[in-house]
Amino acid sequence: MAEEAHSEGGLVFHPMDQFIVKPLFGEGPVQWYTPTNVTLWLGIAVLCTVALFVMGTRGRAIIPTRVQSIAELAYGFIYKMVEDIAGPDGAKYFPKIFTLFVFILMTNYLALIPMSFSPTSHIAATAVLGFGVFIAVTVLGFVKNGAHFLGLFWMSDAPLVLRPIIAVIEVISYFVRPVSHSIRLAGNIMAGHTVIKVFAAFAGVAALAPVSILAIVAIYGLEVLVAFIQAYVFTILTCVYLRDALHPGH
Amino acid sequence: MATETTGGAIGACVDANGSAIGMPQLCVEWMPNQVFWLVVALIAIYFVLSRIALPRIGGVLAERKGTITNDLTAAEELKAKAVDAEKAYQDALARARAEAAKIVAEARADIQKDLDAATARADAEIAARSAESEKRIGEIRAGALEAVTEVAKDTAKELVAALGGKADARSVTAAVTARLKG
Repeated sequence: MAEEAHSEGGLVFHPMDQFIVKPLFGEGPVQWYTPTNVTLWLGIAVLCTVALFVMGTRGRAIIPTRVQSIAELAYGFIYKMVEDIAGPDGAKYFPKIFTLFVFILMTNYLALIPMSFSPTSHIAATAVLGFGVFIAVTVLGFVKNGAHFLGLFWMSDAPLVLRPIIAVIEVISYFVRPVSHSIRLAGNIMAGHTVIKVFAAFAGVAALAPVSILAIVAIYGLEVLVAFIQAYVFTILTCVYLRDALHPGH
Repeated sequence: MATETTGGAIGACVDANGSAIGMPQLCVEWMPNQVFWLVVALIAIYFVLSRIALPRIGGVLAERKGTITNDLTAAEELKAKAVDAEKAYQDALARARAEAAKIVAEARADIQKDLDAATARADAEIAARSAESEKRIGEIRAGALEAVTEVAKDTAKELVAALGGKADARSVTAAVTARLKG
């Protein structure tokens, strides 16, 4: 689905332009260290995190303020998820998993501000997250369980003839995990934002404008849900992978 | 935004109008930048959360849980105390009632005794008085009879004198006495 910057009858479609990475200051090539709009919106995400989880909880109140109760709600939500899925010994990885959740949630929601940039719509970003989780979990699995970790692929309760076949399937599905993990997030966010932009382009035609605006509102509402659900899904899958690493026996 | 231009082509991924060529997601030129800043942001968030925010929130939640547990225990104790207090109160009430009944009975007995004594005294007095009255009535009656005899003698003497008779006192008296005797 390549970008088609065609203009027919006044309609200008540039739905992918919102994903362009550009330097914040001046022109020029984007080096790895260049402060870009990526930097800006990631920085805002960090600031929002600080505002919510540090400023918001400054009072340490027994009876929480509104902001503090949001922070506590997020904490309790993810803590329970980690404990339920990865088990009690997974609780020590809670800060890392919580970091992932907060990061994805913040960037997803900030991306819904018009004119903003959505880092999680880029496969480069989500692949780092997805493969990061994959590598960390795999290393952890071998460190914790040694060669026993390979038992994850060897179904001891399956018929002996089928076991090699199942093992091959399991290995393939294991290595597909990071790919699906990262593409799911990037794909969802990118698709939603692109659809909004496509509908926005139709608003240029007076006859279609009301329909277009209604459609944008509807898709925007959907995207608000998607932003949370994708953060939730990413986190819960990370917990599932972590459980596999900690307890490879099925 | 579609109308924003970045002022000419600045790379392989943007055309002369500032629009993206193909998917910006697949532009290799931009990837190192994204990865670098992503890692920076993740590390920043991780340190903020794990060093400051999460211990704080965890502490607050634990503290709240402790407070609630303590309060519940205290409430339980107070409730037990309240039950005890009510029992003690009921006991005291029952005791007080019994005491009151006893006192009432005693008082009633005392009063009855006083009353009986007073009644007896009053009866005796009444009897004494009526005896005295009777005696005096008897005296008065006797006095009256004497006076009547006297008056009758005098009157008879006067009548006899007035009618011109000459009567000696002794015969008149005897006659009156005989008359009065009926």
